[in-house]
Amino acid sequence: MNKLTHSLSAVAAWSLGLIWILPLLYAFWAAFHPAEFATRFSLLAPLTLEHFYTAWEQAPFVRYMINTLAITLLILSCQLVLCTLAGYALARLPFLGRGLVFGLILLQLMVVPEILIVENYQTLASIGAVDTYLGVALPYLASAFGIFLLRQTFKTIPQELEDAARLEGCSTLGVIWKVYVPLAKPTYLAFALVSISYHWNNFLWPLVITNTSASRPLTVGMAIFGAPESGVDWSVICAGTLIAVGPLLILFLVFQRQFVQSFMRAGIK
Amino acid sequence: MFTKGKKWLLATGFIASSFTSMAHAATELTMYYPVAVGGPLTKVVDGMIAEFEKNNPDIDVKAIYAGNYNDARIKALAALKSGKPAQLSVMFSIDVHELMDLDAIIPFDEVVETEADRKWLQSFYPALMENGRVDDKTWGVPFQRSTIVMYYNKDLFRAAGLDPEQPPKTWDELAAMGKQLTKKDASGNTTQWGAMIPSTGYPYWMFGALTKQNGAVLMNQAGNETYFNQPAVVEALQFWQTLGNEHQIMPKGAIEWGTLRQNFLEQKTAMMWHSTGNLTAVKKNANFDFGVAMLPAKQSLGSPTGGGNFYLFKDSTAQEREAALKLVKFMTSPEQAANWSIATGYMGVSQAAYDTQALQDYVKTFPPAAVARDQLAHATAELSTHQAGRVRKLLDDAIQSALTGSASAQEALDSAQKKAERILKRYR
Amino acid sequence: MSRHSVQAWLLLLPALCLLMAFTYFPTVQTVWRSVFSLGTQPSDFTLENYQFMMEDDVLHQVIVNTALYALFTVPLAIGIALVMALWVNSQMKGRGWLRLAYFTPTVLPMIAVANIWLFFYSPEIGLLNQLLGLFEHRGYNWLGDPDLSLYCLMVITVWKEAGFFMIFYLAALQSLSPELYQAASIEGAGRWTQFRRITFPLLMPTTLFILVNAVLNAFKMVDHLFILTKGGPNNASNLLLYYIYENAFSFFDTAYAASLTLLLLLALVALALLQFGVFERRTHYR
Repeated sequence: MNKLTHSLSAVAAWSLGLIWILPLLYAFWAAFHPAEFATRFSLLAPLTLEHFYTAWEQAPFVRYMINTLAITLLILSCQLVLCTLAGYALARLPFLGRGLVFGLILLQLMVVPEILIVENYQTLASIGAVDTYLGVALPYLASAFGIFLLRQTFKTIPQELEDAARLEGCSTLGVIWKVYVPLAKPTYLAFALVSISYHWNNFLWPLVITNTSASRPLTVGMAIFGAPESGVDWSVICAGTLIAVGPLLILFLVFQRQFVQSFMRAGIK
Repeated sequence: MFTKGKKWLLATGFIASSFTSMAHAATELTMYYPVAVGGPLTKVVDGMIAEFEKNNPDIDVKAIYAGNYNDARIKALAALKSGKPAQLSVMFSIDVHELMDLDAIIPFDEVVETEADRKWLQSFYPALMENGRVDDKTWGVPFQRSTIVMYYNKDLFRAAGLDPEQPPKTWDELAAMGKQLTKKDASGNTTQWGAMIPSTGYPYWMFGALTKQNGAVLMNQAGNETYFNQPAVVEALQFWQTLGNEHQIMPKGAIEWGTLRQNFLEQKTAMMWHSTGNLTAVKKNANFDFGVAMLPAKQSLGSPTGGGNFYLFKDSTAQEREAALKLVKFMTSPEQAANWSIATGYMGVSQAAYDTQALQDYVKTFPPAAVARDQLAHATAELSTHQAGRVRKLLDDAIQSALTGSASAQEALDSAQKKAERILKRYR
Repeated sequence: MSRHSVQAWLLLLPALCLLMAFTYFPTVQTVWRSVFSLGTQPSDFTLENYQFMMEDDVLHQVIVNTALYALFTVPLAIGIALVMALWVNSQMKGRGWLRLAYFTPTVLPMIAVANIWLFFYSPEIGLLNQLLGLFEHRGYNWLGDPDLSLYCLMVITVWKEAGFFMIFYLAALQSLSPELYQAASIEGAGRWTQFRRITFPLLMPTTLFILVNAVLNAFKMVDHLFILTKGGPNNASNLLLYYIYENAFSFFDTAYAASLTLLLLLALVALALLQFGVFERRTHYR
């Protein structure tokens, strides 16, 4: 009986997985086959790399890749620091107005940054940050999402562990670093994956705030494939997508193992 | 840093040579441009700019790719508000009234000085100037311009016993031939449609063609009146409806703009109406014999023009304006326009462009390229009014509600007209 | 002030400064603009933008659509996310690949995703209708039919959101102590009981986090509309945020867009307060 439920849930899990990965599979199909097979499926369809050449030609992808990497890492590292500090304060330090501050921070979750493009552009133009990595990154550094996530996670960590560390003479920063950060590792991983994915693929703000290949990210290069007047060319879009997200997919495959390892470590503790 | 160094080098170069000639400080221009069709167009633009800079070493141009038309508008708006705008920009030709209302642009008439310049302003196809001209002034100069043409599958015409060199020339022929070209399988499902006119993305644009063919226009030149519910306009929408429900040569419901080319390439439809901006892509991917024809006529032939114009922004110095004019003149010169047209599928913007050897040779090897040009004689302006976006959407919604069967053509257009009236009242 | 307070404010300071500069300040500007300008022009104090909301029937339809959209996508996305996380957290073979599969929606950029789904939904040539064609079914005009288009968009949203939230459930499951389950097994609790008594309650902080974000995202996820339906046909699939974009960036009506932004903000704040009111007290933090 137990075996049956096991195999049933395995079948269900894999069917769902198949549906979920279908768009990616299609991207591979369209990218590696001639355009005439973009919407037709045949085992006899020949393979081709032509779309990758076409896509590669349209933008300085190497430079864009470097920019994207730099911007994403800049944002992520600042977010991790800022959100950890703020998350700890909100989770564990009693102070007057905590609820209010938390509410204010959550407010950012409700404001869609794209709506504020014109105002934020003004601010950044006035400090001369247009067309720089910092300009792309600044509005995203304080992530309410991250603060909220870490607050929720820190709250599940037993207070006794902190007290023990305090007894050993740890400062607040020491407690955060030695107790909270290690125990929240899966959450950090999850947040990192999500933050990287988001900023790797963010488009409108980077387009507006950047001007040259000095700071333009991959998505701006990819936008050239979306040709609104002539209609969709799936083959080239898919090839461009694979070029752009290839590193991310590999990153994920490598890092998802970390989930298992952190699990085991938590078990040992 | 780099551009500053370059400027400094240029400046010193000029100081050294300024004993005999007048000294020019280098002028720096920023130009935004959108890309709306496929292909490595940013490279083409960069090449054109490089050539311009070679010919004009005292002008330094930063040509910035700004996404699609909508993105470019956001970017221009943000730069404008920040007080550091571009000096010129390629934007939607139909944005003209709104850019004027924003007090963002200046007419070219204020910048041209010589007789030759004034002549240059007259050198473009008149139909392409319609959207750029307001209050007897020229605010937009045509650059990446397109129009609607009919693509048809000659193989399918042959298979249906039709003459592949005689595509439909009238609405009646369109319906009749469409029926011959519509095929059903044994279970009654349509496997091949006669024609498709897209109704997402830019429905008002397609509709502009139908109304022009029926002898009507959608708005006045001043952009403060619309004529959505005039009888000829309603009739045009009714005709569009009949293609789906009476003649059944077109699928019911909205037809997607973005995927239509693929439908045509997969031979799911024998004819499609689409932008000339698609010519290059269809040519590259069609593995059948296809033709391009002017749209059919009811009262007359007709299609609206579309695409992007050059605008000059107000917030600039006299020197910058002069340089910007130079750049626009260069980008729209016959040779450049011919190159641009061949690279993109957009139209050459002037007769002189089609007279160049390059474009003449191209048209000879690829006659469909000339269809758009010849159709220009029957072309009209694209729908453009004050608060254009909102008014355009009113018409889009009306068209879609009629085509999906949730309202009659008359009802839908009456309501659109009423709402447009309310919006445009204050601009009279 | 106590030592705790000083510390807390110091820890919060960098984040609050940035939020001030790039969120609160521009938001206040936006609200200001909604009562002191018309179109793109400044004006005297006016409520015209808010009055127009009353008579704007597109807005009314958009609100209904958005409510429906949230009502369907939120529970579906959360439910599927939880099931997915339980699956990939178990000892299933090849779960690395399953995780990748579930996570793909988060990795793929929206411009690609939307175009690929456009192909799936496309009539005549699309994947869905090709599949239906195998059963001699004529298929649907998925996005071109006003009765279907909104639901088609919901499917994409659930697809994207479930994979995204799965990550957070997975992270939370990973930090649950295995000893709890060992103890439960010894007492002979079945898997369902274990889930109901241990897993689910311990996941509550995460569930609250996901719920709040799912509700917010239901209002914020409109990127696919730009490519797929543009809110059509005839506003059948138009959503509030997309309508705000249209007003701000296609209609140049920044003032009306600003007042709609305030409307959206108030709606979200009300929903968030409701959720916290209901759940925060019941959520069990260790």
